[in-house]
Parts: sequence; C-alpha cells; structure tokens
Amino acid sequence: MLNVENIREDFPILTREVHGKPLVYLDNAATTQKPIQVIDSLVEYYKNYNSNVHRGVHLLSVEATDQFELAREKIASFINAKNSELIIWTRNASESLNLVAYMWGRKNIHDGDEILVTALEHHSNLIPWQELAKEKGASLKIIPIDGDGSLDLEAYKEMLTPKTKLVSMIHVSNAIGTINPVENMIKMAHDVGAKFLLDGAQSVPHMPIDVQDLNCDFLVFSGHKMMGPTGIGVLYAKKDLLDDMDPLYTGGEMVLEVTYENATWAPLPMKFEAGTPNIADAIALGVAVDYLTKIGMDSIHDYEKSITEYALKKFPVLEEKGVVLFGPKDPNLRGAIFSFHTPSIHPHDLGTIMDYMGIALRTGHHCAMPLVKSLGVPATARASLYAYNTYQEVDILIDGLVEAIEYFENGS
Amino acid sequence: MDLKRVDDLYRDKVILDHCRNPRNFVFLSNADFVCDAINSFCGDEIHIQIKADQSHKITNVGYQSEGCAINQATGSLISEYINGLKINEVVEFTSYFSDIMQSRLDSDFSDKSMTDLGDLQILYRVKEFPIRIKCVLLSIEALKSGLYSYK
Repeated sequence: MLNVENIREDFPILTREVHGKPLVYLDNAATTQKPIQVIDSLVEYYKNYNSNVHRGVHLLSVEATDQFELAREKIASFINAKNSELIIWTRNASESLNLVAYMWGRKNIHDGDEILVTALEHHSNLIPWQELAKEKGASLKIIPIDGDGSLDLEAYKEMLTPKTKLVSMIHVSNAIGTINPVENMIKMAHDVGAKFLLDGAQSVPHMPIDVQDLNCDFLVFSGHKMMGPTGIGVLYAKKDLLDDMDPLYTGGEMVLEVTYENATWAPLPMKFEAGTPNIADAIALGVAVDYLTKIGMDSIHDYEKSITEYALKKFPVLEEKGVVLFGPKDPNLRGAIFSFHTPSIHPHDLGTIMDYMGIALRTGHHCAMPLVKSLGVPATARASLYAYNTYQEVDILIDGLVEAIEYFENGS
Repeated sequence: MDLKRVDDLYRDKVILDHCRNPRNFVFLSNADFVCDAINSFCGDEIHIQIKADQSHKITNVGYQSEGCAINQATGSLISEYINGLKINEVVEFTSYFSDIMQSRLDSDFSDKSMTDLGDLQILYRVKEFPIRIKCVLLSIEALKSGLYSYK
C-alpha cells in the first residue's frame, strides 16, 4: 500500500490554507495538483536548457530534444504502446478527440454509418461526434445507463451492427465515477468491425492501462489530470490508423520535403505536430509519469479503491440527511469520484460553504449536461480524490457536509 | 467549524426572506415582453415576464427561477424593485447595477442620481464571494436581453 504521508510531502500546495483552514483538495477530476519534481522540471528546462527541438545542432537543442523525446518514450512505456511514434502530443484529451474526429472520422465515417457513445460522456467525447454525424449524414447512438449509472450491456450488444464504424467512450465517468467494463466492450466492437476509441482522461491517471492488452484503437488523455502540467495531452493510436490520417495542422516541423507548390509529411509522430511543440510541459509530463510509476499504478488503484470503500461505508450518515449519491455503490465498479444531490441546499450554496471550510469541491454539470439532466437534478456537487487524499480528509468532507446541510436547514 | 464568514450571505434576513418567500413568483401569460437567461456553466435559470402600460411604465412582473439561493433571492428582489419603474429607468438600472457588481474598484451603490435601490443594496455583499457574482448577474442578463427585444 502506498505511503500517503510521504506522497503529500512532495506537494507544496497541500500545506496552504484556504480561508484560514487547511486545504482539503477534492477537485481532482477537474485537475490534479503537481508534485515538486514536476514543478522543478519546468523551472530546470527554462533555466538550463531552454531551446527549440529537432532543429539546432547546438548543445542546448540536443539536450531539449533528448528530454522531449525521452518524455514521449516514458508515455509509450506507461501505457505499453508498441513504440513512441504512436504517441502524439496534443494540448489535452479534447484536442486529441477533435483530431480523431476531423482526420480519421471525416475520411472513414460515411452516410448511413453509426457511431456509438455512452450516456456518460463528457462533452468533449460527445460534441465532436455530433458535428461529424451531422456533416456526414451518419447517426450518433447513445448506449444507455441503468439506475445506478452502469452501462446497459444488453443494449450495447443490440446496438452493435455492421453499420457501427466507431465506438467512442469514456473509461471512468468524470461526473459520477462509473468504471466501464471496456475490455469486453472493445472485443464486442471489433467483432462487428468497428474501431474503438477509449477516453482515458479519468482512468490513465488512476489505474494501470495497457493499450496492447486492451487492444483499443485510440486512447486519449490529459496531462494535467495526472499530476502533470496543463496544456499537454496525448493521442495514442494504432500505427495503421495514424498512417491513414492526414495532419490537421500543417506548417513547420511536420514536413519531409517542401517546394513552393507542394509538401510531403514527416514520419510519425511529427506529422501531427506542426509548429514548435509544448516542450517544457511535455518534459514535465514525462516527470509526472516517472512519479506515478514510482508509486505504482497498481498501488494507486488499490489505495483509491480502499478509500472509496471507506467513503461508501460512511455515506449512510449523509443519506439520513436526504443526500443522494449517484453512480454504482460497489467500490470495484467505481472510481473515487462522488457526485451527489443535497435536496435542502443548492450545489452552489453548498460549494461556497464548503470553500469556507477549506474544502474544494466542484459543483455544476461537470461538462456532462445531458447526463446530469437525466439524473433529474439541475446540478450536483462532486468530490473527487487522488493518491494524496487521506482517510482523514474523507472524514472532514462527511462532517463538513453534515454541518453545511444543518447550517442551511436551521438558518433564519 | 466556524461558519460566521458565510453568515453575511446566508444569515441575512432579507436574503433568507426572499429565498423562502419569493415575490411575484407567478408566470404572467399576458406579458408584453419576457426576459430569460440560463447560466450554461452551472445550469441556473431565470425567467421574468413584464407587463407595461402605454407610457412604458411597468405595471406587473412575474418571475420564476431555478438554482442557488443567491440567484433566487436576486430574482425576487429585482421583480419587486422594477415593478412601477419606467422602462428607461430599468435600462439605466441594469447597466448601473451590473457595472458596480463587476467593478474591481471600491465603487458602491451611493450614486444619488439613481432611484434608491432599497433592499437590493444588500446584494453588494456578494462581492465578498467573487465566484458568486454571476449568480446575481444572471437576472440582470435576463433583463438586458428582454429589454433589448422590447425596444
């Protein structure tokens, strides 16, 4: 089991106070905090070897290029990609998804084809496909969920037909925490000849992911949700798919040969990386991956499962106050993301009161408006945990929620 | 835990009263114009219907809202405040009120040229909670879009 106190020492921000109270940071599904090693790596790049990559022959450029490409290799090994040319740097998971929708989707989705997504999607894995379907005359179908927020696999089975060209789905729901059984779902998609895109924004940071074992065709994720900096994300895809895709952006760095009339593309991965890339943040994401690997993704997953189990056991205290928790109640079927409805107090008012207790929660629709609407509430409050959150912080959350509800109910 | 610091917001008699007993909480089906706004970030909604006479004086107001306490109290306070005002006074009020609420300077509601804001002045306190200013301004946004269509 990981040593949470040792981990916390690496996160300077966790020692700060908010409104005079120790910070209890429970908004990790929005973005995670960064360990000092990641912060230092950014400073070190700008202080010691800031330079452009793949260009100069001078030492600084060689050092920057080495570190930049080393980071790509770390990512490849982290998700067990066959090699690092299958790792494309993007700004975030949203950009990765758009890249696939525009460059793979436009070429491969045609009139009458079907794209499947789930009722749990983040807007980033919904809207690009809505737009593509409209443009192409394809239809976008939604795999439904049952009462506790788990996917209806029977419905999925029936929706898969030879018309299905792509299944694009979220691995772990950012809004209600459901972990989807993607291993089997990928096999089922392949059985009808469909490609499978996995949105790993909430799974890659929290559990071991092996793209060869899963056999997904595409995987997207964001660096800032896994202890890395903002502004850097990843698209992984199988080689034949990347080879088949044209670049979305053209310009510097992504070319082999250029005349005044024509250009040929550089080999993977640079074909997709026009212009000077986000060098510092890519290197820092590599350091974040080192940090996660050192703790161990199995350890992180086990720890989060046990803290989820602990929180679920405590939850009846809140149910007595009328609080409704969304998502599966089995800690094996959900991540450490707790989205709930408090009937007597609106999520924004709750968020403000909790903030004054030092507790950072997210309130709203969590970029999953259709899902939150289908739960029958205008918005939810959400606590999302990571490897540096403690059992004690779960206690503070539960006690704080009870106090906030009582404060609101007794006010006059 | 000490929650005194949110008392300004949630223990204020006026705000609590307007949350629990919202004024003009009816839908006016014979309105001359309607003012609607939705905050797409949080899902809060506000809907105001306004009846005006031939001299452009407001004679009746209906309002419905869905959302947090601040949004609800603001809608109720505003529905009360604008009833009886001339349309051009409401136009002036919306820009004056939103300017002050959004200003990062120490401006307040002391401009004597404006009609006395009465209980609405209490909303100035929301400036202590910057992230919640948008909950106050949703009603103003609704009014502005409705007034635009009236003109």
